[in-house]
Order: sequence, then C-alpha cells, then structure tokens
Amino acid sequence: MQTEKLITMANQIGDFFEAYPNDQEAMQGIANHLHSFWNSVMIQSIVGHVQQHQGKGLHPRVIDAIKQHLA
Amino acid sequence: MDDIKYTVAKPNVLKYDTEKDYGTPKKDSEVLVTLNIDGVEVTVPEGTSIMHAAQLSGVTVPKLCATDSLEPFGSCRLCLVEIEGRRGMPASCTTLVAEGIKVKTQTKALADTRRGVMELYISDHPLDCLTCSANGDCELQDMAGAVGLREVRYGYEGENHLKAEKDESNPYFTFDPSKCIVCSRCVRACEETQGTFALTIQGRGFESKVSAGNKDFMDSECVSCGACVQACPTATLMEKTVIEAGTPEHKVTTTCAYCGVGCSFDAEMKGDEVVRMTPNKEGGANHGHSCVKGRFAWGYATHQDRITTPMIRKSIHDEWQQVGWDEAIQYAASEIKRIQTKYGKDAVGGITSSRCTNEEVYVTQKLIRAVFGNNNVDTCARVCHSPTGYGLKQTLGESAGTQTFDSVMQSDVILVIGCNPTDAHPVFGSQMKRRLREGAKLIVADPRAIDLVENSPHVRADYHLNLRPGTNVALLSALSHVVVTEGLVKEEFVKARCEWDSFVLWRDFVAKPENSPEALEKDSGVSAEKIREAARLFATGGNAAIYYGLGVTEHSQGSTAVMAIANLAMATGNVGREGVGVNPLRGQNNVQGSCDMGSMPHEFPGYRHVNDNEARAEFEAAWGVELSIDPGLRIPNMLDLAAEGSFKALYCVGEDIAQSDPDTTHVTHALESMECVIVQDLFLNETAMFAHVFFPGASFLEKNGTFTNAERRISPVRKVMAPKNGMEDWEITAKLSEALGYPMQYGHASDIMDEIAALTPTFKGVSFKKLDELGSIQWPCNDESPIGTPTMHVDEFVRGKGKFFITQYVPTTEKVNGKYPLILTTGRILSQYNVGAQSRRTQNVAWHHEDLVEMHPHDAEERAIQEGDWVGVASRSGETVLRVKITERVQPGVVYTTFHHPESGANVITTDNSDWATNCPEYKVTAVQVKKVNQVSDWQKEYKAFSESQIELTGVLPAKPAVVE
Ligand code: SF4
Ligand code: SF4
Ligand code: SF4
Ligand code: FES
Repeated sequence: MQTEKLITMANQIGDFFEAYPNDQEAMQGIANHLHSFWNSVMIQSIVGHVQQHQGKGLHPRVIDAIKQHLA
Repeated sequence: MDDIKYTVAKPNVLKYDTEKDYGTPKKDSEVLVTLNIDGVEVTVPEGTSIMHAAQLSGVTVPKLCATDSLEPFGSCRLCLVEIEGRRGMPASCTTLVAEGIKVKTQTKALADTRRGVMELYISDHPLDCLTCSANGDCELQDMAGAVGLREVRYGYEGENHLKAEKDESNPYFTFDPSKCIVCSRCVRACEETQGTFALTIQGRGFESKVSAGNKDFMDSECVSCGACVQACPTATLMEKTVIEAGTPEHKVTTTCAYCGVGCSFDAEMKGDEVVRMTPNKEGGANHGHSCVKGRFAWGYATHQDRITTPMIRKSIHDEWQQVGWDEAIQYAASEIKRIQTKYGKDAVGGITSSRCTNEEVYVTQKLIRAVFGNNNVDTCARVCHSPTGYGLKQTLGESAGTQTFDSVMQSDVILVIGCNPTDAHPVFGSQMKRRLREGAKLIVADPRAIDLVENSPHVRADYHLNLRPGTNVALLSALSHVVVTEGLVKEEFVKARCEWDSFVLWRDFVAKPENSPEALEKDSGVSAEKIREAARLFATGGNAAIYYGLGVTEHSQGSTAVMAIANLAMATGNVGREGVGVNPLRGQNNVQGSCDMGSMPHEFPGYRHVNDNEARAEFEAAWGVELSIDPGLRIPNMLDLAAEGSFKALYCVGEDIAQSDPDTTHVTHALESMECVIVQDLFLNETAMFAHVFFPGASFLEKNGTFTNAERRISPVRKVMAPKNGMEDWEITAKLSEALGYPMQYGHASDIMDEIAALTPTFKGVSFKKLDELGSIQWPCNDESPIGTPTMHVDEFVRGKGKFFITQYVPTTEKVNGKYPLILTTGRILSQYNVGAQSRRTQNVAWHHEDLVEMHPHDAEERAIQEGDWVGVASRSGETVLRVKITERVQPGVVYTTFHHPESGANVITTDNSDWATNCPEYKVTAVQVKKVNQVSDWQKEYKAFSESQIELTGVLPAKPAVVE
C-alpha cells in the first residue's frame, strides 16, 4: 500500500499516544495498536520503510515503537 | 404492558392481554387499592383509573375518547359509571380508584345516558358504515353496538359537518373531517406520543374541529409519524393502504429495517400483501410508537426497480446476462477460485452491512474467514460507529451502549453531542422530548442548531455549545477540565470502580491550563463561561446521560472523542444504573448487530480478537478449518490495494460503498480495478454498477433473522411473504460457500443463531424460541442473565475496572484556507435513510426529493448567493453542485448537507482523512469553497451518463427520471 498513507496513519496513532508522559508506555501503545489492527502487509510495509528509509516522515516515537516492538 | 405482580401479601398476578385497550395508561405504585366493580373485588395500584381497573377485572366500559397510550381527557361522556354513595355519573377514564368503593358500570340510567350520547354523535356522522374504510375496525361502530343504539331521532336537516372537505395531502393517510367525533385522541397523540404538537382542536362546541395549524397536513408541522392515525377511533384519519386494500386479516410481528431504534411492528397482512405496519405496543424499544419510515415507507419492497433474477457479466461495460441461481453462484465461485489461484488467497474479501440481519452477517464473515481463508471482512460500521466499538471497548470493556432507551426517563441532565435524535432516531427522540418536557435539563453540543435546541415545542436546550466542526475533543477536554479543577469528580465511584492510576494520569492531563475552557475557546469557538456552566450542570445536576452519534465518531479523532465521553461519564459517576450512561445512537438498524457478529477484520463474533488463541481455537473446532491470525483488511485498505492492483475480488452484501464511502472517485476507481465484484442487494445500487455478478437479495419482509438495536436489543425479523428473488440472503451466502467446497448445513435462520449462541459468550442464552417468548432480548444473555441485561456495568465494568485514557486534542489536518474557506459537515434528515436506496423508492420523497446545502445568510450574501440557487461545492477531492438553502441554523463559516441521493455526490467532496484508530472517515469536516454556478459539475455529468448506461445494460430496469437538471 502507498507508504504515504501508512505514514499518515501511523503518525496519527503516534499523535494519540503523544500525550502519554511515559515513553515506554506510549511506544507499547503504538506498537500494540499496529499489531492488533493492521494487516501484516501493512505492517511489513511500514517496518520496511523504517528499515530502508530510516522511517522518513514518521514521528520519532513511532519509529522507535516500530523498531523496538515490531521490527 | 408487563403484568402487574402483587407483593408477597397478595401473590396473585394481574394479567395483561396485549390485544386489549385498557383505556388509560398503566400506573405503577407500591400502594394497592381494592375496590368492587359490578360485584367483583379487584386490586390495582393506586393512581389507576376506574376504567383501567374494570378492564383488568374483565368488565368492559364503553369509551371513545380514551385509549391506553394516552392520558385520559374525559370528553366523550360514554364511559360514565355510578359509584355507591357518590352523586352523579363520573367518567371512569378520569376518575381514579379508591379503597372500598363500589362501582356499577351497567344500570338502566347509565344505559340511557350512553345511548343519548351516542345518538348525538351519530346524528352528525355519515351513515356509510358498509362502504367506510374503517368498517369492522371502527370504535364508533363498536360503541353504537355496545350501547344498543337503535334509532337516531335528530335528522340530518340541521347543521352538520357531513360536507367537510377531505385532506389528502399526506401521501400515506387521509383526513376526512366529516367522520370526526372531536375526541382529541389525535391531538393528544401528537403531543404526548410524538411531541410535535402539530394538531389542535379549534373552536368550541359544535364549531370545534381538528386542525393542523389551519394548513393541510403536508404544509403543517406534521412529521407523518402516524401516531394520530393509530389513535383515531374512526375513519377520520386513515392509512391510504387500508382505504385501498381493506382491513387486514392476519398479522406477524417483526422489526423495522431502517434505523438503530429498532421499532417492533405488526405487519398487518392480507394474504401475502402488507396492508399496514402498526407499531407494536409491546415493543421494548418503541412501546407502540414509530416514525414515518417504519410505519409507512416499506413500499420499496415491491418497487419496480427491484431486481429479482441473478445476473452476470465479464466486464462492467458489457450487458448483463440474466441467469439462474445455480449458474450465477457457480460463476461467482469459479471467479473467486481463479483469482485466489492467480493472485493469492488474500486478494479477495467481503463487506457486510448494517442493513443485514445478524444471521446474514454471521454467515458472510464465516464464509470469508473459513472459506476465503483470510480475515478480509469489514462492514459499513467502519464508516460510522467503528470508533464506538474501539473507544468503549478500551475504556469500559464492551463495544456497546450501556443503557436501555427507557433509561432516559430517569435522567436529570441529558448531554446530546453530535447526534440529532428527532431526525435520525425519531422514536427515541420523541421519548427524550417527553423526558425534557417533564423537566430534565438539556445540553446540546453541535455545530448546528438541531431541532432540540429551540425548534421543538416545550423543549429548549439549557446550553447550546455550538462548537466548530472537528473540535469535539477540545470541547470534551474543556468540560472535563472544569469537572476536575472545580472538585466535581465523584471520587468514591472512581476509587471503587476504575483503575486509579489511569484516573490520576487523566486527571493531571485535563487539569493542565491548556485544557481549560478559556484556553480552548479559540479552537472550539464556544465561550468559556458557557462551557463552565454546562460542565457544572452535567456534574451536579443528578443523573446525567450522554447521547452521541456520528457527529462524534466521523472525525479524525472519532475514537479519542468516544474515549473522552467515557472518561467524563466515569469521572462523574454516571455509569452503571438507570438514567445515566454512554449511549451511542446507531445510524442503521443493525449497526450494533453487524459489529457483534464479527464483521470487523480483527475480531470474531462477540468482539474476540483473531489473535486470541483460545477464541480462535473454538472457532477452528466448530468450523473444522484453520483460521488466520492476521487481522484482515479494512474497507479503505481493500480499496487502496484494489486501486494499486493487488486486491481483486469483493463480495459485497447489502452495502453500497460507491455512494456511502468517502472520496467517491477513489472508490469507483478501486472498484473498476477489480476483476470480480459481487453485489448482493435489492436494487442495482451504485456499487452494482461496477459489479460482475449481481445476486438479488430479499427485503426484510421476505426473510427470517434478527436485528440488534442501539440498546443491544435483539429483535426478531420475520418472513411475512415469500422472497421475490427466491431465496433468503443467508441461503445465497451458504450456496456460494457450498460452491466453493464448504457446505453450510443450516435449514433455517434459527440454526445460525444456535451456532452464534454456541460460539459467543454474550449470546449464550439467545435462541429464536426465547425471542418468541420474550419478544426481544438485550445481550449479554447467558447463564447469569438468562433474560438479558438492560443496563450494563452495574456492579463492575465488563473489563473489571474502568480505564481512563488521555485524550489529547489534535486538530484535523483538513483546514480551511483562502481557497477553501468554509467547512462542510454532513448529516441526515427524518424522511430519508442513509444512502436512500430504500427510502428514495417510497413516497417519502414528498418531503425530501433532493439534498440541499445549508448556508448561513452572511456567507451567502458575501457570495451573492440566493435561496434556491445552484452552487458548486468544491473541496480538495472534487466538486459537486447542489441547490442552496439559506438558514441561520448553521453558523457562519460552516455549510451542511445530507447525502441521501447519489446524484448529489456529497462524497465526491469528502476526503480520505480518517480516524486514527479505526479509519472511520472524517465525513464531518471538509474544507470547501461554495460558488454560484449555472450547471451541474463534470462529475455529475459523467455520473448521469454512466448510471444511465448501466441501467440500460441490465435490459430490465426502467430508465431513471433525471433528478439533477
Ligand atoms: S402524523 Fe404524527 S406528527 Fe403528524 S399530526 Fe399525526 S401525530 Fe402529529
Ligand atoms: S380525527 Fe379522529 S382522533 Fe382526531 S378528534 Fe377526530 S375522531 Fe378523534
Ligand atoms: S426508522 Fe427507526 S424510529 Fe422509525 S420506525 Fe424504524 S426503527 Fe423506529
Ligand atoms: S372515554 Fe371517558 S370520557 Fe371518553
């Protein structure tokens, strides 16, 4: 799927967890959400984007969440 | 009416007979009163009328102006009785029971007086009983018989009303004043039952007559709910279908297929033809009331546009070929197999609809999970209430509303946010208005002045928080801020019932100065003072209930707003009893049910995640196949992948994504890119124009099943006529499954429900047999609650402790600028339903034959736009042309439209922005520019040409009358 769209969607998820003061909790939240609701094709695309393009366009916390929990 | 159960001291039960009219409403009281009626002792609750008590004891008192759905009025003087030791003849409908009194309902003097009363009525009434439409169903006729009227001494020579003119303006019923006995039942029905106050009795004495505000019904305030028609004891107000067809001879109880109120109806039949639909007094959701759609707008089931023969074609530019069922099913199955072989198992999927029964949704998701072998199943709740499912599951633990509709009668403060009950959930709207007239306080949070704000008689919002579209979360944060910082939190409740840590996090978050009403004023546009006052009222005004709808969910922060609502309810202790709660008003009839039945790509029936090993193992064992652990694609994901070329086939049951989903151009491009689109529907809907296989579906009158309404109430849908297409919808799905090598062994829809009950803990106790016994059941229904659960989370939240979530306001990226300076928001109106495929094919078009765009006079003036002008509405996605209606209901800077007609192309302009958690589209906020134009948009021209050519390709459908000129 167009990476552009996935980036927007992932960043929106990141925005929700942005207000969580605890970094670990927020990253866990982002990763859980992706894992529970995204189809594996979409997860693979976004993980691929993080691995190959340093997650360009993704918010830092989202990149970290993907690196820590999904990659 | 439920039976009255006496206390232990008097263990007998007074039985209610559903067919009987008790004359006055049932009263509830702990105090019991015993009296003697015609020599028989009877014990009833205090406050009961003598008439009602008499009926309960088996004695029928003649009556005309009384009926048990309305408060008594005491005008006809037919129900007179004698009471020992009291003078005169009091009316039994307005006289209450008293301990020890002795009542006589039949004496010579009473009989003479009643006969005299009847004689007067009949002397001014046409004597055409034999040819009257109410013949056999007329209380005046019955009463003339009951009182033994044998002659009428007054001639017709004097003044009378026999020449009064008929009003036939309403498409569904007539008003024939010559037959009116001025009993005012209609007036009271319009006030008490419907709450519209359209009718009055004008004049006095002989001059008095019923008037719809001195206008004909169609031009009056009347909303055509039909309550007056039902209440009228004579042929004065009469359904046109009864006038045409005569009185019905049998009836079947079923459930309305329109909105999420889920009204129960008696389909009154003559053979296999419906003569009228009468709302069922026993209906748990509607108690005998209905709206114009359910009562009158069912003619679509026999509309000439219905397709009843299966059709197939190779390309969407080919002519359709009419084929038999076997051929159509085989063709569809072979295409799915071919595509899966060529492009992989995951290249196919399906969509169910909230218009399907639970059983249909269940078999469709089963087909996709067990036979297609993936979880690519989604439902139209994706585009409406998916944030509700997500948000309430996270916070409270169950993806459903917490209350019954009746709970509103215990509410002291009602917060209505992003919903418009009087238009979209009319019967519940009437009930809410009843409670508001009794004095409950009302807070409305809506960009637009909906009718409840100040356009409903005797109802007025205490606060109208007219926020900017897209700022619900900011508003909810500000309300919460006031609750937290002014010490209005119900700490005992939170301590006992919620996760304390999550509360502390939330409390500290909303208490921040940036979440104060003052700080958020610039975002929401609502004055801080108003928000503070509303928050205080909500937190301290007694039982506070929140009702919300798509104005909350259809935003980029839809899920956040749902969670913010749950936070607010928990913090103020407003969950877990009558009168409070979090109440999502569902749009379509079976939104709740279709979600319950596992139509979302990540969960099985009963909201169990596909990666929950225990749940998956249960389904694998029952279905005998291995199931995928991977959450499937959602509708927008399917469409994106289709447009990119990797998603190739779609089985679309009862849903019309080409009209209802956002960014139409993208949707139709995706549909065109697929190799096999299978549509199952009553009509050649917009999506079917892009289909390769068309399975004709059955209407709700032609099949068995269940719908689940917004209060989790499972109600039976019953077949009243044979399906014109030859099969019920679940049978079609089962046949497709069989053709794909997986036979489904069901003999009847009830077998499907048995399987659902066996696999879904919250449905464990549900069966068709129990539904027949109880009428309807609110899930959870299991060993602990064998007859269902009206109020949820009573002692404990479903997830154990309630969980607070931090709900940071994130403005939508859809922003106004110089090029698109206005915000477009969308909604619906009473007479039409969703994409309108059904309601547009009824006479409801008399009220709404085109979608209009509402604009504030200030914005109109700036653009030199006048009422009724054609205007182009352009967004970043596209442009369409609509007619304009200038009104102060919308605020400056905001325009509003409905989306009931495909040629309006409302979704040509909506964007692909969506909710962060569920991808529910942001229908409610689109930046647009509006300009005066003199011709339709390019999209509309193309649409018109395309849809005309598609209709021609069927070879069977009549050409469509052009609506947009
Ligand atoms: S149809 Fe309904 S709204 Fe219209 S007059 Fe009758 S009761 Fe009132
Ligand atoms: S129209 Fe019917 S209900 Fe109304 S006053 Fe006349 S007879 Fe009674
Ligand atoms: S459309 Fe809704 S309110 Fe109207 S009759 Fe049907 S279920 Fe009831
Ligand atoms: S029924 Fe009692 S006065 Fe009419």
